Amino acid sequence: MLDIISERIRQGFRTGKFPKEEPKLAPRFRGMPEFSSECPQGCQACEQLCPFDACMIRNGKMAIDLGRCLFCADCQACPEHRINFSNEYRLAVRNRQELLYSGGEYPLAKPLEPARLKLLGRSLKLRQISAAGCNACEADCNVLGTLVFDLGRFGIQFVASPRHADGILVTGPVSENMRSAVLDTYEAVPGPKVVIVVGACAINGGPFIHSSETTKGLDSLLPVDLYIPGCTPQPYTILDGLLRLIGRREQRG
Amino acid sequence: MMKQNIEPQLMKNGGTVDLSLVESLNYDEFSRCLLAEVERGGRVAALFGVPGVGKKDDLELFAIIARDRHATIAVYRTEVGTSFPSLATSCPQIQLFEREIAEQYGVTPTDHPWLKPVRFHRVWQGETDVWGRPLDRHPLPGDMEFYRVDGEGVHEVAVGPVHAGIIEPGHFRFQCYGEKVMHLEISLGYQHRGIEPMLLHGPHPSTMAQMETIAGDTTIGHGLAYCQLIEALSGCEVPARAQAIRAMGLELERLANHVGDIGALAGDVGFLPTASFCGRLRGDYLNLSAALCGSRFGRGLVRPGGVLFDLDPTLENAVQTRIDEIEGNTLGALDLFFDAPSVLSRLEGSGHVSRSVAEDLGLLGVAAKACGVPRDSRFFHPTGIYRKVFDELITEETGDVWARAHVRYREVIASINLLRQIGKNLPAGPVKVPVGPLKANALAVSLVEGWRGEVAHIGITDADGQLRRYKIVDPSFHNWSGLAMALRDEQISDFPLNNKSFSLSYCGFDL
Ligand code: SF4
Ligand code: SF4
Repeated sequence: MLDIISERIRQGFRTGKFPKEEPKLAPRFRGMPEFSSECPQGCQACEQLCPFDACMIRNGKMAIDLGRCLFCADCQACPEHRINFSNEYRLAVRNRQELLYSGGEYPLAKPLEPARLKLLGRSLKLRQISAAGCNACEADCNVLGTLVFDLGRFGIQFVASPRHADGILVTGPVSENMRSAVLDTYEAVPGPKVVIVVGACAINGGPFIHSSETTKGLDSLLPVDLYIPGCTPQPYTILDGLLRLIGRREQRG
Repeated sequence: MMKQNIEPQLMKNGGTVDLSLVESLNYDEFSRCLLAEVERGGRVAALFGVPGVGKKDDLELFAIIARDRHATIAVYRTEVGTSFPSLATSCPQIQLFEREIAEQYGVTPTDHPWLKPVRFHRVWQGETDVWGRPLDRHPLPGDMEFYRVDGEGVHEVAVGPVHAGIIEPGHFRFQCYGEKVMHLEISLGYQHRGIEPMLLHGPHPSTMAQMETIAGDTTIGHGLAYCQLIEALSGCEVPARAQAIRAMGLELERLANHVGDIGALAGDVGFLPTASFCGRLRGDYLNLSAALCGSRFGRGLVRPGGVLFDLDPTLENAVQTRIDEIEGNTLGALDLFFDAPSVLSRLEGSGHVSRSVAEDLGLLGVAAKACGVPRDSRFFHPTGIYRKVFDELITEETGDVWARAHVRYREVIASINLLRQIGKNLPAGPVKVPVGPLKANALAVSLVEGWRGEVAHIGITDADGQLRRYKIVDPSFHNWSGLAMALRDEQISDFPLNNKSFSLSYCGFDL
C-alpha cells in the first residue's frame, strides 16, 4: 500500500489544463495546411498528383479537401511545393463542404442547435463504432479517457450500449463487412441522435478511398453532425471538436 | 518418383531471388519439402497463391520458410489446379494460409479439417466460391458453420462484431459448460479493406500510406517491412543514419504498445495505479514518435530509401533526456504491478499455452516467447542497425498471462536500452537516398520484428518490374489461434484478460 502511495506521489499530477491552456504539440505536427503563394496560371497538377483526390482547383485557387487529406509528410500534390502544414490542430466542422479549404477563414464547428443541446444537458454519451480503419483513430479516441485529457470532466463518455448513448462516433471507412453492424448500432441509439465521424477514413475513405471493399464515407449512409479530419487526428483535434459540438469551447476559433 | 535432395533457393531477410531460379516442384515434392522443413525447425512465414502469368486460371503456390537457426529463408514453389491436398493436419501452422488461398482464388484444399472463410470477401479470380456463396453479392461476414458442442448444461455465447469498448470489430463464439469455456471460435474479416489487391501493378503513389495503415499501431513495423522490400527489389543501400532512426521509430512503437498493454492488463484486473500511469506513459512514448516525425503513430517517418526526418543535435538531446525522464516512471509503474500479490494471483496460471502448441500453431513474437519459443526476427534475421546492436532474446517459460505480460516488461527495458545505445552512436551522413526501378521477375522477402511479433511482406514483380503479387502477414494472423487455445478450460470471465495479454490486431489480420 505504501509503495503504491509513494509511486503515486512520484508520478505526480498530470491532467492537462486544456481548454484553458492551449496544448503543446510536437513542432513537426502537421495540422491545417497553408498555401505559400499563388498557383501558376492554368496549373492543375495537384488534381492529378494527390493519390487520395484531396486536391483540386476551385475558382483558380488550390483547395484541399481536409476530409480526404491524410496530411502526408511527403505531400505529393503540389510540384511547386506550395502546401505547408501548420501546427494548427483545430479542424472540426459541422458540414462536409466546409472541409474544402483554400486559405482564409475556416468555419470551425458551431454547437448543436439549442433544442438538441438542451436535451443533452451537460452530458454526451457516445457509442464508438470501429469500422475498418487502421485502429489508430480508435486509439486516439481511447486516449481521451486517460488522465492527461480526462474526457469525463467535460461530461463526455464512451458507453458500452447504444441504448445508453446519445449518438455514435464512427471511425474507419465502413467496409462492406461492417456496413450492417454500423446501421444496426445507429438504429439502436434512441433519437434524436448525434453522429460524429473521426478521421479521413470515416469522412471519405481515407487511404482506402479507392478500395472496392469500403463505403466512401459514413455520410453516404447516415446524416453526420460533426466531421473531425486527420489521419490520425491529433487527440486534441478530436477533443476540441467534441467540445465545440456541445458548446464548451469559445467560438472565436 | 521423388527427386532426391531438392535444394531450394535460399535468401537472407531483405534479399531477393530471381524468379526463374525458383524451381517449380510438383505438389508431392512441394509438400514433402515443406513438411521436412518444419520437421527440422523451420517456420512457414508465408504460404500464398500467385496467379499464373499465362492462362488465367493457373495458380502457383509459394512457401516462404524461415530457417531461424541459419538466418536464411528458403523459397518453394508449386502449381495447383482447382484443388490440392491439404497439409493442415500434419502441419497446423498452415491451416489458415490454406483457407486464405481457398477464399482468394477459389481452389479447394481437400481434406482440410477446418475449411471456413477467413475474411468474407468475393473470390479474386475465377467463378468458383469454395463455400458455394453467390458470386453476385458480397458474402455476409460471420456466415459460416461454427464449431458446436451439444449436451446438457452446454451453452453458447456469441460476442461482437461490435464490442463493449472502443475496440475493433470481430466475432467470438464460446462453447461453455457453466462458466468454463470448452472452445472459442474467432471469426474475423469485418476490417477487411482489400489491401493486397490494391497493390497489384504497384507500387502506386497511394501505396505507402496504405502500408502505414495496415495496422495503425504497427505503422513503423509494416511501413518498414514494405520499404525494406522495395529497397531489396531496387538494390538500394539505406544509409546507416536512416537505419538508426528507423530502429528508434520501431523501438518507440514497441515501447508505446507494450506499456499501454500492461496498463490495460492492470485495468482488467482492477489494479488502477498502474492502469492510469501506463495510460499516460504510453502517450509519452507516442509523443516521442511525434517529436521525430510529427505523427504519434510514426506516419511519414519511414520511406523507401531511408527516412523523411532527420534529428538535429537539439532534438537528439531532447529525445534522450525525455527517455531518461520517463524511464523511471515507466519502471516504477511496472514494478508496482509485478510486485503486487493480488495482481500475480490473477495473472499466474491463467490462459496457459504449452510450448508444443505454440510451435505447432506457428505463434510469433510476445505470444511465442511467453511459451519459451524463441522468435524474434531482430535476433534471427537482423537487418539494418540490428545486425550490430541487438543480442537479447527474451523468453519466459510459463506460457500464461503472466508470461505474456512479463515478456513485455523485459522488452520494455531492452528497448529503452536500445534507444540509448542507438542515440549515443548515431551515425553521421544522409538519411535518404533515391530509389531506382524494381527488378523484373524477382521475389523479395522482408521480415521486421514489430511489437507483436514478426511482420512478413513478400513481393513478386512481373516482367515490367511492377508488383504482380504482394503478400502481407501480420503476426496476428498466426496468433489469434493462440488466443483460442489459451481460452480452453478457462472461465469465460477471464476472456478480456487473456485477450489483452495477446493484444492482437483485427485490421492487421483482415487486411
Ligand atoms: S497531404 Fe497527402 S492527401 Fe493531402 S493533399 Fe498532399 S498528397 Fe494529398
Ligand atoms: S483515418 Fe487514418 S488513422 Fe484514422 S483509421 Fe483511417 S487510416 Fe487509420
